[in-house]
Amino acid sequence: MVEPIRLLEILGIIVVAAPALLVSFLGAPCLFSRQYAERTISKAIQATILFGLLSSLVILAVMLATGVRHVSIELGAWVVLGDFHFTIKFVLDRLSVPFVILTYVLTGTIAAFGSRYMHRERGYSRFFFLYALFVLGMALASLADTIETLFAGWELVGLSSALLVAFFQERPAPSRNGLRVWIVYRVSDAALILAAVILHHSTGRGDFDQLFGRTGSWPEGQASLTSSQALGVGLLLLLAAAGKSALVPFSGWLPRAMEGPTPSSAIFYGALSVHLGAFLLLRVSPILECSFWLSAAVVSLGLLTTVTALLTRSVQTDIKSALSYASLAQVGLIVAEIGFGLRYIALIHILGHACLRTLQFLRAPTLLHDHRVLENAIGAQTSGPSEAWDRICPRPIQNWLYRLGLERSYFDSFLMEVVVVPYVRVLRFFDDLESRWTDFLAGSQSREAEEVKTHSAFLEELP
Amino acid sequence: MTFLHIPWLECSFVLSLVGALYVSRLRDPNRASAAGLVFTGIVLACTMLAWLGFYFDPDASLSQWSLQTELLGREIFFIDRLSAPLVPMVALLHFLTALATARTKMRRFSFSWSLLAESIRLMTFSCKEPWILIALLIANSIPPYFELVNRRKPTRVYVLHMGLFAGLLVFGWAFVDPTQLHSTQTAWATIPVLAAILLRCGTIPVHCWVTDWFEHASFGNALLYVAPLSGVYAGVRLLLPIAPDWMLQGVGIISLVTAVYAAAMATIQRETRRFFAFLFLSHTSLVLVGLELVTSVSLTGALSLWFSVSLSLGGFGLTLRALESRFGRLALTDFHGLYDSSRALAVSFLITGLASVGFPGTLGFVSTELLVDGAVEANVFIGLGVVAATTLNGIAVVRAYLLIFTGAHHASTISLQLGIRERIAVWTLSVLILAGGIYPQPGLTSRLKAADALIAERKKLRLTDPTPAPPSESTRHD
Repeated sequence: MVEPIRLLEILGIIVVAAPALLVSFLGAPCLFSRQYAERTISKAIQATILFGLLSSLVILAVMLATGVRHVSIELGAWVVLGDFHFTIKFVLDRLSVPFVILTYVLTGTIAAFGSRYMHRERGYSRFFFLYALFVLGMALASLADTIETLFAGWELVGLSSALLVAFFQERPAPSRNGLRVWIVYRVSDAALILAAVILHHSTGRGDFDQLFGRTGSWPEGQASLTSSQALGVGLLLLLAAAGKSALVPFSGWLPRAMEGPTPSSAIFYGALSVHLGAFLLLRVSPILECSFWLSAAVVSLGLLTTVTALLTRSVQTDIKSALSYASLAQVGLIVAEIGFGLRYIALIHILGHACLRTLQFLRAPTLLHDHRVLENAIGAQTSGPSEAWDRICPRPIQNWLYRLGLERSYFDSFLMEVVVVPYVRVLRFFDDLESRWTDFLAGSQSREAEEVKTHSAFLEELP
Repeated sequence: MTFLHIPWLECSFVLSLVGALYVSRLRDPNRASAAGLVFTGIVLACTMLAWLGFYFDPDASLSQWSLQTELLGREIFFIDRLSAPLVPMVALLHFLTALATARTKMRRFSFSWSLLAESIRLMTFSCKEPWILIALLIANSIPPYFELVNRRKPTRVYVLHMGLFAGLLVFGWAFVDPTQLHSTQTAWATIPVLAAILLRCGTIPVHCWVTDWFEHASFGNALLYVAPLSGVYAGVRLLLPIAPDWMLQGVGIISLVTAVYAAAMATIQRETRRFFAFLFLSHTSLVLVGLELVTSVSLTGALSLWFSVSLSLGGFGLTLRALESRFGRLALTDFHGLYDSSRALAVSFLITGLASVGFPGTLGFVSTELLVDGAVEANVFIGLGVVAATTLNGIAVVRAYLLIFTGAHHASTISLQLGIRERIAVWTLSVLILAGGIYPQPGLTSRLKAADALIAERKKLRLTDPTPAPPSESTRHD
């Protein structure tokens, strides 16, 4: 008879190993420019998700039955260099298990939906390879017990998401949007890794157990940081969460991410990855308790995101954008709940919201049909123009709010004007300066490369 | 005497020189390519055997079997902890570049000059004797000059910079007396040597020769000249043992500024070669940052990053070269949509590009982690700079990927897929990058030993604080 802890450890490893194997299986042919048949890919994904989901459900059942609420799975040191240890460690607790179950339920649903939706689509295998990468990233991030492991999962989620946004790669818009998503994610990654390293150096510890000196399981715990340390590290973590969860001022990437195929936008941006920032804040919530100002910043950012997302949602004219902003409004609320210390409520909110939003996103392409069915069933219109706003809010303010919503609260323009344009302008200036300098040294025009024909013209000349 | 005691290292020098002479006599590009490939392959095998010899018997002296002892009375060229993986890596890069040279490029890529340069590079990376190393570093910069002349490209920028490099290095080292060092002498010596090394590494504001070199040289030779990071090797061998702490800190700051600046410049480039040149500059500077912090963690991070950067940027460069051989020079001002025309290249571009920025699962991941850790240990702002540089490099790589491979539909009536030789080159590098990412411990252990040896050497010369960087509370105990 296997001991419950040992069983939990084995199952925990399966939960992570299954998508890792799937990535290897689907990724190997990429190196050889080969592809599996759709059926093979579909079967492999079904098997993986089934294994992962069943394992995580058994974990939940065993934990409920035995009363065990915290299991650390240490796979040993991946890298040991003197005092530097890089340990692969996972944790099964009240936060990670529900989140990983949610991951498998939603990704399983999407796999079933996507295998039909993407049938005979060019890039079927590419879609599911990126999907596998995403599942692996989510499983790693959900179960991570060290910041490095979480970071590895976090980055995999980021890359797969950005490439999925750019999935329809014959048009420039998805590629531009994919790049925008990647830039925001990279900023978020940078904040996370910096926070992780500073945490190491402040506390000398890297895994969450030791970091928060837990006597029990999540959400108990206390961070051994001073208020100012907590504020510094916490703000970096908040920046990381803001990028990943599209909180203000980074909200602009979320509707752009809808350029990707519906299955990926449904789970990746509507349901899972948009909650990953909130998950991070839940995981490090003991740090929030160390600083009042940090908690206040989390609450403010959450509420501000909710208000702006609601405003923007109300002026959207396409269903996927409206749903993405509706998602964002809820994510903002979840973040505010975390700031207020309502951790269980935030977790339940994440689980419920992710499931609801997945359903809505998947039904989005048939929205009009659904409405018609609903109206036929009830024998009346489902909604009409509301006059309540006219009584509460004067028309000029309504117009102003409408404009504000239409412009997405000017956050995109703000980032563009204050960060991107000056950044590009300054670097172009230096680029020109360098060009003049090398021209001067060479005594002639030194940059030929920018004057040569680009490939399309070049190919015309080939026999 | 065992099989591994044969002087394989010397064999590799001689064979590459013989190969250079033989290939120079061939007029048919196809035959030159085949002969070049055979010679670079044999040289790679020799360096691998030399490395294995060192690996299995690192402490025992092999000098009793060395030809050098017979001919010169002492060993000038040998493999030590630092150079053990670097020498076969240089040979591997040469072999893969020769292997991945497309037929369209065979006339333009000089296999004889490449073999000659390989010989000099292998000698450089296995030499510790300062004056010989200086001579080799200078000799190293001569084949590129002839490359530019043969291609009828402007040489002034290159000659000015390399002339200055050679002059400063010789001038500075003339004042160095490693046995009796004192401050005045050290300052006279170290400042010119420092300037020479910064110049060779392409640190701002003396970095323009790198972009100019990429602009005018053939991509293969441009890549082979910069990818092994000879400037960094010169820094480790010549500067690190003798420079005072304040100077190393200064180098660290300049390198950090270069790393961030070059990474930022890479994000706005309008052409692939300049983009690659800036990406390379940023990575070289990151390696220098780690080296100049002189802590065990940062040095190990820098040395392993050096190896990973050379391999991943080497692979990245070969991918860009393969793209160029099919599509000509690619502008980064518009989308090209080449994914469907060359999927293997797209995959290789992402793997090698992301490995260079330390993406999880690749060779560079732990190296970058170590470097960031060591940098934060030294100073939070240095850590911030390193993170900023890697972030910008990541953005630049994916931006280039999206511009080159997506965003448009590219129609071609001819197959633009990789040939078998290019495919082998790409697979080899991808497998090395991914295998090193999944199982990094052996490589890192070797780099830790090299780092400890460098720290010990520096302590021995008593120019730095004799107490080693203590394992502070902030080191990791995951």
